[in-house]
Amino acid sequence: MSGDGVDTSKRRFLIAATTVVGGVGAVYTAVPFLASWMPSERAKAAGAPVEADISKLEDGQMIRVQWRGKPVWVVKRTEEMVAALPGLDAKLRDPESVDPQQPEYAQNVTRSIKPEILVAVGICTHLGCSPSFAPEAVPQPYDAEWKGGFFCVCHGSRFDLAGRVFQGVPAPLNLEVPPHKYISESLILIGDDRGAA
Amino acid sequence: MKKQLLAILLLVSPALLLAAGGGSVHLDKANIDPTNKDSLQRGAKTFVNYCMGCHSAKYQRYNRLARDLGISEEDVMENLMFTGEKIGDQMDIAMTSAMGKKWFGAAPPDLTLVARVRGVDWLYSYMRTFYQDDSRPFGVNNRVFSNVGMPNVLWQLQGVQKPVYKTETDDEGHEHQILEGLEIVEAGTQSAEEFDRTVRDLVNFLAYMGEPVKLERQSLGIKVLLFLLLFFVVAYLLKKEYWKDVH
Amino acid sequence: MGMLVNLRDWIDARFPLTKMWEEHLSKYYAPKNFNFWYFFGSLALLVLVIQIITGIFLTMNYKPSADEAFASVEYIMRDVEWGWLIRYMHSTGASAFFLVVYLHMFRAMLYGSYKQPRELLWLFGMMIYLALMAEAFFGYLLPWGQMSYWGAQVIISLFGAIPVIGDDLSLWIRGDFVISDVTLNRFFALHVIAVPLVLLVLVVMHILALHEVGSNNPDGVEIKKNKDENGIPKDGIPFHPYYTVKDIVGVVVFLMFFSFVMFFIPEGGGYFLEAPNFEPADPLKTPEHIAPVWYFTPYYAMLRAVTVDIGPLSAKFLGVIVMGAAVVILFFLPWLDRSPVKSIRYRGPIYKIMLAAFVVSFFVLGYLGTQAPTAGRTMLAQAGTIVYFAFFLLMPIYTRIDKTKPVPDRVTG
Repeated sequence: MSGDGVDTSKRRFLIAATTVVGGVGAVYTAVPFLASWMPSERAKAAGAPVEADISKLEDGQMIRVQWRGKPVWVVKRTEEMVAALPGLDAKLRDPESVDPQQPEYAQNVTRSIKPEILVAVGICTHLGCSPSFAPEAVPQPYDAEWKGGFFCVCHGSRFDLAGRVFQGVPAPLNLEVPPHKYISESLILIGDDRGAA
Repeated sequence: MKKQLLAILLLVSPALLLAAGGGSVHLDKANIDPTNKDSLQRGAKTFVNYCMGCHSAKYQRYNRLARDLGISEEDVMENLMFTGEKIGDQMDIAMTSAMGKKWFGAAPPDLTLVARVRGVDWLYSYMRTFYQDDSRPFGVNNRVFSNVGMPNVLWQLQGVQKPVYKTETDDEGHEHQILEGLEIVEAGTQSAEEFDRTVRDLVNFLAYMGEPVKLERQSLGIKVLLFLLLFFVVAYLLKKEYWKDVH
Repeated sequence: MGMLVNLRDWIDARFPLTKMWEEHLSKYYAPKNFNFWYFFGSLALLVLVIQIITGIFLTMNYKPSADEAFASVEYIMRDVEWGWLIRYMHSTGASAFFLVVYLHMFRAMLYGSYKQPRELLWLFGMMIYLALMAEAFFGYLLPWGQMSYWGAQVIISLFGAIPVIGDDLSLWIRGDFVISDVTLNRFFALHVIAVPLVLLVLVVMHILALHEVGSNNPDGVEIKKNKDENGIPKDGIPFHPYYTVKDIVGVVVFLMFFSFVMFFIPEGGGYFLEAPNFEPADPLKTPEHIAPVWYFTPYYAMLRAVTVDIGPLSAKFLGVIVMGAAVVILFFLPWLDRSPVKSIRYRGPIYKIMLAAFVVSFFVLGYLGTQAPTAGRTMLAQAGTIVYFAFFLLMPIYTRIDKTKPVPDRVTG
């Protein structure tokens, strides 16, 4: 192998060209493997939107549906319950729902499309337990002025009847409101809000 | 060089030898066109209406069918889904294989992959060669699949066929009845040509279900080969440049 | 740049990085006359890597139970993003592995690469071949198709042919009275972890053994016999950059063939993905035609070629012996070959004819192994088996009497 007569710049160019093309090839080859970790069609089908029928939902009642393996609560709030919500603002961490825990159309005081119907994911934003439903506006051991809401037994987090988190509890965020839309007056599609306001 | 040629010849020769071999029954060519979406849609309709009473296609999802065949999900739900399934569900049926075995003697198999097992020519020939045979439980036999346990579900379209026998004498002087052909004795609602097209569309759909990604894979293959060609050119120039050193 | 040099020095003070780089790449001197037949070693390594990576990703979605295995493969093909590509890469890779390995072994036969001092290199290679066959056998059960099930049934029943211990041995291998979920699960463990580890260790040993004695070449000339004043073989060139750069071309051409198969004919005409295997395993229904995958068919033909019992030994058992002997005899090649020359370029006409006959018999037997047996085919298989064994058993004689040509001192290119 002779040292002289070697066109070094040509070699450098060709090495660079081969490396670039080879690198592009390597990236293109890696993409399918990494993409294979995306949710499969089966996972997507299982995670498809679910319907919640509220035609028989009574005042103060809550029903649970399962969406993507998670419990979703649908609560019919009374007029009193809705009226009490603004009065709680001072005790809440995020009364205006500034944190992105809800779609645009639920960024209001009732955190919902229809004022009386709350749709929220029933998982405590602390460490994932499912809080219990305590709708009655009666004094509770954890709050003498309880106006109704949700209480998480695991570590004592509390949420109001709009799913907003109280101050002084471990949970940092309001309950998540999933994307949803009303297919009719009594049928909610949870997990899909395409074409909704 | 000679050794390389010999090696290549020997690598290819088995393929040649094998190509010469054939099956025992003559099969007609299906001549399907996997890119013809109209044909696939007609085939899907035939499959759902005539086959899914007994046969599931449990590896095929409805939403994939909609996407690949160019049908809207609403149209699929209206025309192809009759029992309240969701669009992301697989094309399964209520009859389990235990029930099927009990009712038919052998459970009607799932058909998602049948085109990869049997081949399209076999399926095309099979669906068109049912003929009257009173000795069979469903009154029909089949030229491609002797003593098959399946009834002729498409008889209303095709009509009824009778076997035509021919007498042949073998080397020892014994006479045998050989099945020579089939002829329509009762017309169906479709002409022979129309029925051939119906079956071709159905087979096209079965072939699609066997491997829905086929067209995408072929198209990607072209791009990959072109890329490798580019890679080859650069890599070869690099090799040549370095090997100038070696004498 | 200086930072990288410092890092390298830091590592070198603690780990033989530069030493290994030089010993095995930049200062490993390989003969400068490598030809087409010398691509297949690096290609075999490439295919091993492909199989491991695609295998890992398949294992992420495959379910090794009799109830779920078949469906999980279709899940990968349809529901997992790009699963179809990963699956086809693995199935094409399996056939590519054997094609590449057979060509790699053939090179050794052409140029006497198994002869002294490379006998141990050849033995490691033969062990890799055995491990590869085991890996393929275990892997083929996993899709749990008709051919998977019945192919395994046939092969395991061969063990049953061994006198005295046969039935117990088959029972022990299966873990059950018939091939079942139990068998599938253990074959899965062997295919995914045990044999790959063995393969990796053997490949490392194989490369170390090669680098210890240095590569052979198409002229069979030992380049270490002619060194220059710096101790570097005159006919040697450093593996890096010359063979790294050349092997990249080899890899790209290989990938073109590989991609053509993967994207346009993944079923390989029914030889890479067999049609009956698109039907789930049915213990009550045997397919019309059971044949092993193409890379095993030469041995299968030999197995079926033995049709006579000898005393208490059944034809079935003798067939197993012959089949086993056909693989084992390859181990003895370095000692059967008594030729003073290594490369076919300098051997006499007898060796060339015998090698050609061997190759033809391997192909003919391979073809016959795919077909249903008839009287005529069985006779042809018997002839093929005799030719195959004659190549080895007569070798001590004909390699000694063959008229060889004088071997040059230096390589000719």
